[in-house]
Amino acid sequence: MKTWARAVWAFIRSVSGDDAYERYLEHLARAHPETTPLSRRAFYDERLIQKWSGVNRCC
Amino acid sequence: MLKRLSGIGLAVVCAFALGGIAIHRHETINALWLVVAAICLYTLGYRFYAAWIAARVLSVDSTRATPAERLSNGRDFVPTHRWIVFGHHFAAIAGPGPLVGPTLAAQFGYLPGTLWILVGSVIGGCVQDMTILLLSTRRNGRSLGQMARDELGPFGGFAAIVGTLAIMIILIAVLGLVVVNAMKHSPWATSTVVATIPVAILIGLYLRYWRPGRVLEGSLIGMTLLVLAVVGGGYVDHHPAIRVWFDYPGVPLAAFIIVYGWIAATLPVWLLLAPRDYISTFLKLGVVVLLAIAILLMRPELKMPPLTQFIDGTGPVFGGKLFPFVFITIACGAISGFHALVASGTTPKLISNESDVRLVGYGSMALESFVAIMAMIAAALLDPGVYFAINTAAGVVGAAPEAAVATISSWGFPVTVEQMETLAREMGETTLFARTGGAPSLAVGMASIFGSTFGKGLLSLWYHFAIMFEAVFILTTIDAGTRVGRFMLQDALGHVIKPLGRTSWYPSVVFASTVVVAGWGYFLYIGVIDPNGGVNILWPLFGIANQMLAAIALAIGTAIIVKSGKARYAWVTGGPLAWLAVITTVAAWEKLTSPDPRVGFFSAANDLAAKLASGALPPDKAAVAPQLIFNQQLDAWLTVLFTLILWFVIVDMIRVSWRFIRGLPTLTSSEAPYQVTQLETAVGGGHS
Repeated sequence: MKTWARAVWAFIRSVSGDDAYERYLEHLARAHPETTPLSRRAFYDERLIQKWSGVNRCC
Repeated sequence: MLKRLSGIGLAVVCAFALGGIAIHRHETINALWLVVAAICLYTLGYRFYAAWIAARVLSVDSTRATPAERLSNGRDFVPTHRWIVFGHHFAAIAGPGPLVGPTLAAQFGYLPGTLWILVGSVIGGCVQDMTILLLSTRRNGRSLGQMARDELGPFGGFAAIVGTLAIMIILIAVLGLVVVNAMKHSPWATSTVVATIPVAILIGLYLRYWRPGRVLEGSLIGMTLLVLAVVGGGYVDHHPAIRVWFDYPGVPLAAFIIVYGWIAATLPVWLLLAPRDYISTFLKLGVVVLLAIAILLMRPELKMPPLTQFIDGTGPVFGGKLFPFVFITIACGAISGFHALVASGTTPKLISNESDVRLVGYGSMALESFVAIMAMIAAALLDPGVYFAINTAAGVVGAAPEAAVATISSWGFPVTVEQMETLAREMGETTLFARTGGAPSLAVGMASIFGSTFGKGLLSLWYHFAIMFEAVFILTTIDAGTRVGRFMLQDALGHVIKPLGRTSWYPSVVFASTVVVAGWGYFLYIGVIDPNGGVNILWPLFGIANQMLAAIALAIGTAIIVKSGKARYAWVTGGPLAWLAVITTVAAWEKLTSPDPRVGFFSAANDLAAKLASGALPPDKAAVAPQLIFNQQLDAWLTVLFTLILWFVIVDMIRVSWRFIRGLPTLTSSEAPYQVTQLETAVGGGHS
């Protein structure tokens, strides 16, 4: 039951983008450990600009 | 074996449900029949047709590394679990279109619209979305316009960009009109919609300064505030001094939307657009789930007949015969060219394995189509008399309630003034006559479903909740569309005057935003002053533009399938393409040449000009007549432009395919070279 609830929570966080920064940190730690990561706010800013520069919402 | 047996079982249930719908010709039918037929058809389509296309036509290869893996950067290219990509993609493609289209198309009865939503999605829309998604994934997430340029040539690319810009402008105008019509003389709706702006800004500040990136917290707070805004709107509506601040006719509301759209497009995204989008996405998913549960619990009877006499083209909601206008009107619920833009945008950069495209592309569109079925149910469960009273413009049945009910009852759909007044009171509105655009009628339908399932006393709250829900994501589409239009325009202008291409240079931002807002603002304004409601002109134009874009996407898909040496399967995309080419061309032809001023643009312009010249128009109508005449002519020329673009792209596709089949040189495929995936998801290959 507990693992099931945890999976749902992880899904909700992931699909909403709530965990995007954590996943970014993980990616950097794994793939480019030498680079300094962006701050939470800088990452959020960059992500939003990227998200809203293309067609992202429809009719 | 098991798969085949369950397939046969599904097919039997499906045939039974569809047969049931077909046999119930003269009595009411339960909405559950539609739901069962829809779910069965989607499942069949997904399990068999989509699987076959993925394996044979697109040669989906689960061992091939996707761009999300090869170019992984933790930012836009991120290998993501297929259900999460599904969620993202569905949230991106689902908008107000599948809610409005079926509501309007219900004037023909529920049957034609329902059949096209089901068949059109399973063999058209879902196939288009999945195909474009895979093709873009194979090309590192290239956009539709880039793929058109790479595979067809510069003309195809140019056509795709012009088509996208045009549809964006028309789409924003028609959606703006839907919101304006929902807010017209409704202090409750207007104050709620206005309140969404400070709420979004507050959440924007929260997500950027106080708790950067904590999207769930922000969305939850925002949703709570919006529900409070709906309740607060009820208070405003009952307060005689405050309610007049929010009680406006159409033109000032249109001006408000235009100014708002301009400001929103020039502000940084984090302040208004992004936070409102987070909130509206949650609302949207919540309402879709709630509506499905409520329909299953309530199992309403559909009061609308399966077919009405308006299939002959005399319909009051919009003019035009069943063929081709039901296909133009349904638009997004069955096949939508706009989806091809999303499927070649953010989504392909998240796909972790090629085999996910079936769930993400085909599956999301099937769900979107199901939303359209629910909108059809919400329209068809209303008394037909009530449906026509809400959706028919005053210019068609007269402004006086007595005249309107007399005309509508004479069509065989009895309705009384008392019935409409009671309904308006229950919904917390002063009137529900001539509330065109689809949103009010959908909100009445949704309020009836929610009300009878979750508590009848709250009808007016449910109604305004539904209006607010439609308004928030329409406003998101308006902002986002204006912004994309601005980027496209800046990109194009940058080729002529260099500095204008810099997307963050302020004068260029202001200039390009103004041009785009002026474009849709013009159509919105004309729609508002049009005594026939405006929607009946703009929605078909939008439908034609959207189907044209779908045809362009399918043409690109067909050319690529032929160039991959699979010309024998070209019908998979070529078939829907041919059908779209027929319906858009016939619709365009009727819009240009029909002698009926309710259908033909030119005949409407001539009819109005003759009335103006003979002095038959009352002074208020005579004042706006010259603008309406010009607009009808402009719409006619736009239709000509759309049709020409469509046929040029089709001819270009045939040219490229022909050259390939004859062994003549064509542009080489821009597909990224094969690389073996290192991700674990590839183990076990295709998942079902």
